[in-house]
Amino acid sequence: MLRLLSFALFLAIWWIAALFVGGAKLPSPPAVLNVIVAEASSGALFLHLGATLARVILAFVLAMSLGSAIGYLMGRVKLADRLGDPWLILLLNLPALVVIVLAYIWAGLTEAAAIAAIAINKLPTAIVTLREGTRALDRSLDEMAAVFAMPRWRAFRHVVLPQLAPYIAASARSGLSLVWKIVLVAELLGRPNGVGFEIGVAFQLFDTPRLLAYSLTFAAVVLVIETVLVQPFEARATRWRPRAA
Amino acid sequence: MRLEVEITGKTFKSVAGGTHEVLAPVKFALQSGEVGVLIGPSGCGKSTMLRIILGLDRDFAGRIARPPEARIGMVFQEPRLLPWRSVEQNVRLAAPDITDAKLSELFRILELEAHRSHFPGELSLGLARRVALARAFAVEPDLLVLDEPLASLDDALAGRLRDEIATLVASRPIMTLLVTHSLDDAIRLGDRLFVLSARPARIVQEVPIAVPRAARTEAELGRIRAELAAVQLESK
Repeated sequence: MLRLLSFALFLAIWWIAALFVGGAKLPSPPAVLNVIVAEASSGALFLHLGATLARVILAFVLAMSLGSAIGYLMGRVKLADRLGDPWLILLLNLPALVVIVLAYIWAGLTEAAAIAAIAINKLPTAIVTLREGTRALDRSLDEMAAVFAMPRWRAFRHVVLPQLAPYIAASARSGLSLVWKIVLVAELLGRPNGVGFEIGVAFQLFDTPRLLAYSLTFAAVVLVIETVLVQPFEARATRWRPRAA
Repeated sequence: MRLEVEITGKTFKSVAGGTHEVLAPVKFALQSGEVGVLIGPSGCGKSTMLRIILGLDRDFAGRIARPPEARIGMVFQEPRLLPWRSVEQNVRLAAPDITDAKLSELFRILELEAHRSHFPGELSLGLARRVALARAFAVEPDLLVLDEPLASLDDALAGRLRDEIATLVASRPIMTLLVTHSLDDAIRLGDRLFVLSARPARIVQEVPIAVPRAARTEAELGRIRAELAAVQLESK
């Protein structure tokens, strides 16, 4: 209810602002809705959203799995941490644009280059978060598992993984928002479809309604995925914690 | 089955850079069916000794001989349960082969039936301690190690849990090693007491208790207590 109210407030402010600024710079909500409906009925909207979503999923899964594995290794093995740390600092501070441009130059304007570039941008934060999580693992529980001779996999699954789950959820969450942002840049620079490509086209034509139509549907998709997938996972991962009163 | 402990020394480096001797040479052995008690002042190195015996700490001089196939059940000083698993899952994870009947029996003895599906965060310390005991017994250990299992519990509860430990120990021929600083626990549960000195720990005296656990009357316990008090006076 409160959420609906805050959404209504947002619409109202938008509408009023549109009246003052004028339709060319800030089109009113109905104008944008018209574009959304038109794009949806032609199928273009779903094509571009689908393309972007597919890139997000691939890059996200790639970065999360690779980043978690490397982060865990660096948290557990001192040598890996020492060797990997300079690379990590470099990757963390490398601007997304540099990675994307280089990827396109080296691998051509291909799908693989785009996905790899997005994944590389997300990778270091996943590593850092999981490394912190691994460092914070409770050694006394490791000892318990060792004394009771738990097989490695069982100990990992029941002793280690639940401790990492909040870190994985945090990393997934921040990572997803990072990927959402970067994927559009990658599409703008070198892909013939996707929300980023459409926004690029709208920019060149100064077509603000189209720009807003694509950005807002994209934002809506992000919101839905956050509420339907990310938040329930977080809640499940922390369900054993006593609730705050 | 037999456990032989022969530690010739253990030092550890502090953050400040100094080396500290934690354990002096310590040697003892334990047979199946025996309850050995390591008793000594707080901070004398008992827990360090346990970690060495359990194979968690390999940085020491000496040797530990325990049959490699020996199953270990351990009750740590803190319960060390998995907070994200229920009571029953905690026990089953350590002892995946336990039958439903045996598990029910164990939960009945330790009065945990009502708490099977609770998470450790919902339990009092006394209950969590009992779950840790259930877990240690559920693996049907050959070597049972109890590190201050009754510390910080009130007397009545400690007494009841002590009786439960005695019952469970009597039900199977296992080697049991109990670490405590409570003389009372030591003489009620132990067959052989190893009295430790202050740090660096060494065995001041080995005191066998010949009277079977069940037959130890209050008078008998008083006699043993007096005997031990004399030993401890001598060692000072």
